[in-house]
Amino acid sequence: MDELKVVAFIVALVGGAVGAAAVMTWFERRMLGIWQDRLGPNRIGPFGIVLVAADMLKLLGKHDWIPPFADRPVFVLAPTAIVIAMMLGFAVVPFAPDLVVIDMNVGLLFFLAMTSLAVYSVLLGGLASNNKYALLGGLRSAAQMVSYEVFMGLSLMGVVMLAGSFSLPTIVEAQSQLWFAITQPLGLFVFIIAGLAESHRLPFDLPEAEHELTAGFHTEYGGMKFAMFMLGEYLGLMLISCMITTLFLGGWLGPVLPPIVWFFLKTFVVILFFILLRAAIPRPRYDQLMSLGWKVMLPITLINLMLTGAIALWQSGGMP
Amino acid sequence: MNSIASVATSPKLHPKPDAIAGFVRVGQLGADGVPTLWIDAADIPSVMTTLKTDYALLHDLFVIDERLRQHREGQPASDFTVVYHLMSFRLNADVRLKVALVGDNPSVPSICSIWPSANWYEREAWDMFGVVFAGHPNLRRILLPPTWQGHALRKEHPARATEMEPYSIDQDRLDYEQEALRFIPEEWGMQRRNDDTEFMFLNLGPNHPSVHGVFRIALQLDGEVVVDAVPDIGYHHRGAEKMAERQSWHSFIPYTDRIDYLGGVMNNLAYVQAVEQMAGITVPPRAQMIRVMLAELFRISSHLVFYGTFAQDVGQMSPVFYMFADRERLFGIIEAITGGRMHPAWFRIGGVAQDLPRGWDTLVRDFIDSMPKRLHDWDRMAMRNSILKRRTQGIGRCTLDEAIDWGITGPSLRACGLDWDLRKKRPYSGYEQFEFDVPTATGGDCYDRAVVRVEEIWQSLKIIRQCVDNMPEGPYKSDHSLAVPPVKDRTMQDIDTLINHFLSVSWGPVMPAGEGCFPIEATKGQNAYHVISDGGTMSYRTRIRTPSFPHLQTIPLLSRGLMVPDLIAIIASIDFVMADVDR
Repeated sequence: MDELKVVAFIVALVGGAVGAAAVMTWFERRMLGIWQDRLGPNRIGPFGIVLVAADMLKLLGKHDWIPPFADRPVFVLAPTAIVIAMMLGFAVVPFAPDLVVIDMNVGLLFFLAMTSLAVYSVLLGGLASNNKYALLGGLRSAAQMVSYEVFMGLSLMGVVMLAGSFSLPTIVEAQSQLWFAITQPLGLFVFIIAGLAESHRLPFDLPEAEHELTAGFHTEYGGMKFAMFMLGEYLGLMLISCMITTLFLGGWLGPVLPPIVWFFLKTFVVILFFILLRAAIPRPRYDQLMSLGWKVMLPITLINLMLTGAIALWQSGGMP
Repeated sequence: MNSIASVATSPKLHPKPDAIAGFVRVGQLGADGVPTLWIDAADIPSVMTTLKTDYALLHDLFVIDERLRQHREGQPASDFTVVYHLMSFRLNADVRLKVALVGDNPSVPSICSIWPSANWYEREAWDMFGVVFAGHPNLRRILLPPTWQGHALRKEHPARATEMEPYSIDQDRLDYEQEALRFIPEEWGMQRRNDDTEFMFLNLGPNHPSVHGVFRIALQLDGEVVVDAVPDIGYHHRGAEKMAERQSWHSFIPYTDRIDYLGGVMNNLAYVQAVEQMAGITVPPRAQMIRVMLAELFRISSHLVFYGTFAQDVGQMSPVFYMFADRERLFGIIEAITGGRMHPAWFRIGGVAQDLPRGWDTLVRDFIDSMPKRLHDWDRMAMRNSILKRRTQGIGRCTLDEAIDWGITGPSLRACGLDWDLRKKRPYSGYEQFEFDVPTATGGDCYDRAVVRVEEIWQSLKIIRQCVDNMPEGPYKSDHSLAVPPVKDRTMQDIDTLINHFLSVSWGPVMPAGEGCFPIEATKGQNAYHVISDGGTMSYRTRIRTPSFPHLQTIPLLSRGLMVPDLIAIIASIDFVMADVDR
């Protein structure tokens, strides 16, 4: 691709991702409505989809308030961190063969690094608010992220071993015979859990935990700054779904339909699954989440890693 | 023993406790058949200690301002009478103790050391009447703001805004009120720090998604661990007891709906039965069964709200919508029958407001036929969910002895293992004709409190089905002259009927002097209205004993040492309504 094309693709990607995140807010409420025996937003435009625009207008029109007791610069900057980090994460996602902003040979590590950076947003937002509920939210997110970060990375190492590369297009190509979802079921399971925890959505929304901490880390946020957190959360959800598609569901691979359609189709199903999880599962307690992470998830990941390593070694004939 | 009321349709006579015979100054019998024993203030601690072995539950503690009461035949002289209503599970009997206090600064020994639940009751009595409970650890206002002037339920305190100066506030007053709101941990009985920790104080409420109304808890936290939790109530106080003294016997009925606002006509039932008992009005069988059916429909409605919010408060998003959809269908039926939804105010003294509409049985039958499948689904979704179990099992546990000591009744008491249900133990309104079980559990934790309530929905469905199958024919209201106006067709022919008709419609009925209370098994526990008539068109004193008030007092007991999310689960499992606490 020449440079102009790359720039055009980046612009399209940023616009597309932000637009998709906005539509997601509507789509999620609509799906929850259907599953929960009620209508959901259905008034503005066909199926209520113009609600997205109405929501954005509303948030733009809100008073841009900064509480006098907050740490001003950090309070303002915190919401941007999550959006920037998540957007950067999209740079390595291969939507189709050759349709990737940058094919790094450490693409997977770059993705992990970016999602880790997003934690700072929640943590600093919670601290800078100088509000006790926000503080508890920030505290929870720090603990949650630190422990789930560990095996999020480890859960993907099986995939890396089988594909023999950290480059995402290479990983997709390696699934042309069999999806890694089949060969790495434990890895997929752990990655889904960790991904949920990373994007702090309902079963793992402890930093936010409406029923306990009112709104957790973003209690003091309103207007566009609140919208940034929301945008970041939905971008995170989409990014995790894209990564699940790429790493475990064969990415763009599929018969008949063009590759990009396959990619979006698979991602869409994963997103739907995440929304369904939100509708169905209660929230564990913070210490239960921790012990699940360290006592269940980490051992599973390590066992998976050892098994995969042994099998890979055996297949390559390295075993004596 | 001299009766203080024309004894009603032979209420069950409760045995007189002999153990305290030496202390009794005067013995009487209430309209409810409960022995009413006058005791000297100084004897209260020893009498209570003696009685507690048999009468384990402090059912109610309240004060009567006697200064304007005319019909006090046979009662000792008193300005303020402190009333203790005790209940025995073993004997299935009640006893009422009264202490006569004279003068403007009445005082009586506190019984907090005997019953921990007396703490809030005594504070309320101090708040409303200025009765000092000597030895009380924390005798501060509880329902009214700390800056309130006077004692609101005393007869000289104005009941209406028009009796007072127009409200205004100047800067000094404003500063004073603001200062009174400042949170000082020491005043709440909490330390700022101990040897190695500085505690965080978190203000949970009065507006918080999980406090179910306007309710505040001051939390002392070490990290997320609750060191202490002090409930602060009164934000929903509307003076229902005071209003009762300014409303005719009938026109107070709509106020009762709004006490436990999820219980609807269940509140009417407690009130009208107390009045009927006092006036000796018998209710025809059809009216009784209509009442039972409506009350059970509301029990289901209230428990569905509990079920949904319980799951919601442990973070499960969907159940509440399904349960509210069911409740909506229930409201459709209630609306078809009564015309109202949450607050139908549909029961009347002596019966109900109208007969059942045509086709009511199809509506009710469709509903009860549809519920089992849905309840099974909800069970699979919520109660059997392992995360929900892990969040609630073993959390907020209280033993049976603790529960009784703290005045817990209803499903929460049954969750501790005692099969005490007034519908079975003291059948009223024809409950003895129905076949149903009293579900119990043994753990006394959050999960068990939910299990009992869910099982009660099943039992209520069973009762309602029996109502539909066996609804008797006949009148839907009593023909007692205090309950209904005289027959209309003779009003134009004879003047006596016309006068009576005019009086009972424009003033309302004049109830004979007397007093009594009628505990019923309401949605959240035992609800009782202690009504006192001084032979007027309005009540002289109406005391509303609600289950949520003592239940809320147990929050510190249940939550100490647990985490904030556990506290939320405990709050959800208690199933309270703030209007039921504050009245």
